[in-house]
Amino acid sequence: MTSRLAFVARRVLLTIPVLFVMSIVVFLIIRLVPGDPVRTMLGFRATDANVAEVRHQLGLDQDILTQYLNWAGALFRGDLGSDIVSHAPLSELLAQRLPVTFELTGLAIVLAVAIGVPLGIRAATGGRWVKRLTEGFVVFGISIPDFWLGIMLVLLFTGTLAILPPSGYVPFADDPVNNLRYMILPVLTLAVGEAAYILRTTRSALTGVLDRPFITFLRAKGLSTRRIVSGHALRNAAPAIVTVIGIQIGVLLGGAIIIETLFALPGVGRLVVTAITQRNYPAVQAGVLAIAVTFIVVSLITDILVGALDPRVSDGKST
Amino acid sequence: MSVQTQLERVAPITTPRARRRSSTRFLLGGGALLGVLAILAIAAPLLAPHDPEAVVVREVLGAPSFDHPFGSDVLGRDVLSRVLYGLRVSLLVSVSAVLVSTIIAVPLGLLAGYFGRWVDTTISRTLDMILVLPAMLLAITFIAILGPGSAVAALAIAVIYLPILARVMRSSTLIVTRNEFVVGARARGAGHLRVIVSHVAPNAMGPVIVQASVLSAFALQLEAGLSFLGLGTQPPTPSLGGMLSDGRDVLVQAPWVEIFPGLAIVVAVLAFTFLGEGLRRAFDPKGVAE
Repeated sequence: MTSRLAFVARRVLLTIPVLFVMSIVVFLIIRLVPGDPVRTMLGFRATDANVAEVRHQLGLDQDILTQYLNWAGALFRGDLGSDIVSHAPLSELLAQRLPVTFELTGLAIVLAVAIGVPLGIRAATGGRWVKRLTEGFVVFGISIPDFWLGIMLVLLFTGTLAILPPSGYVPFADDPVNNLRYMILPVLTLAVGEAAYILRTTRSALTGVLDRPFITFLRAKGLSTRRIVSGHALRNAAPAIVTVIGIQIGVLLGGAIIIETLFALPGVGRLVVTAITQRNYPAVQAGVLAIAVTFIVVSLITDILVGALDPRVSDGKST
Repeated sequence: MSVQTQLERVAPITTPRARRRSSTRFLLGGGALLGVLAILAIAAPLLAPHDPEAVVVREVLGAPSFDHPFGSDVLGRDVLSRVLYGLRVSLLVSVSAVLVSTIIAVPLGLLAGYFGRWVDTTISRTLDMILVLPAMLLAITFIAILGPGSAVAALAIAVIYLPILARVMRSSTLIVTRNEFVVGARARGAGHLRVIVSHVAPNAMGPVIVQASVLSAFALQLEAGLSFLGLGTQPPTPSLGGMLSDGRDVLVQAPWVEIFPGLAIVVAVLAFTFLGEGLRRAFDPKGVAE
């Protein structure tokens, strides 16, 4: 048990340098812009006084180390600066937008697991036709760009069948039924590709486990395939499956940037895209930071979960 | 369990000949598809029936016809011609990005895998930093800094894939370096550079080529995604992702504006995927590439 705690502690400590590197990347976003970022941001009609004022506001007139320390210090206090366009504090803006992104990616990963894992089990244990059909789904899911799949789903469900809204959003707290109606297509769009990856991993992890001698022994004892899979094989395949789900959440967060734009969902991804086109650098920084921190936290949770599922990892004998 | 499946367990059915047959099928399929797409893209100026940027008011949202096989878009531009030119940009950006990434990743992976110790630690840890952000977010961060455009998109994609390709090259180098012919070459007095260039590199390249082909499929999707967001290839240059973005508002009235560019992306992605699978079966039976 103590070795498990040590494993968790070590893993948590490892995120500190990762967070540090990420903070430098985000910090540099505005500072690496070629030419004068403030001038680019405000446009060429801005007066010199205006430019100087915003530069001072953003702390860009200090030396780079002071800039970083001030910026990181403010970050710890939850102060992300304010939006250049709306002048609203960015922390408030993120608080409004993060729930949308979390709802989208959360529902998508749940749906992807609900599709991918059972199909993966069928693919590993089923006959030739099951294998072919699931392989077809994998190739389809991986090769179709998610945003095009989304467009085609809109064409089908909005254009032809007219049963779902093409885009838009209502907060869950205001109207749960309509919130879910708006979420169906974006969630489905994101989930299909992820389900394909999860299916593929479940299939190969399970196939690997089913080849091991202890499974042959269980078969010889007369256990049914169903009991072998649910009682023994799946537990052994779980670390690999959980690892891939964790990696796929990163991919999902990236995919959400496009899907939010496509379905007009007011999430963090759309915030970043709009901010880039408006050259609203502080908002870009806040959005990138929010998504990156989410990604790092999810990776941390995944690794700890894998450690708990696979005693070899937390004992330090594997990896 | 049948006798046959038990036998398979002892001796896997993937004999060299069976593997060769299955790899040839994928290689031929993917290679032929990619060849056709490449010819279409290169010969776009000759094959396109219309000027891809010519705005024709009376052709606005025209349905597919003999004159416009894929129909025409919001500005009356010929969709077929735009798909051909768009394919050109998409293939150029994705292939050049992966190529640049491979050219940088191969020597880095070779050095890390061959010398190990601090050389490996320095190279691997530095490249790991790139993986701190999800791929799409990193690409967007690049574009936020340098501004939108296909060259920036290609650069971003090249940087994103660098750690993946270098890691595959490193693993494959580690395996090759343990071989007796490498130890033998060193024992005969060959210098490190000579051993790396003439013994290790040629034998370690297989998995990287496989990975590069697989990544080209992802690069294509990434480029299309960025152009869809308006952050990749800039109008009026036709791009497959940009076309999908332009046609969103007229999706129901004129679905052909959205269907054909999307299909072109899917076919190109499939071509790279099949090619990658064929190459994997031929050059990377042990599965070093991810």
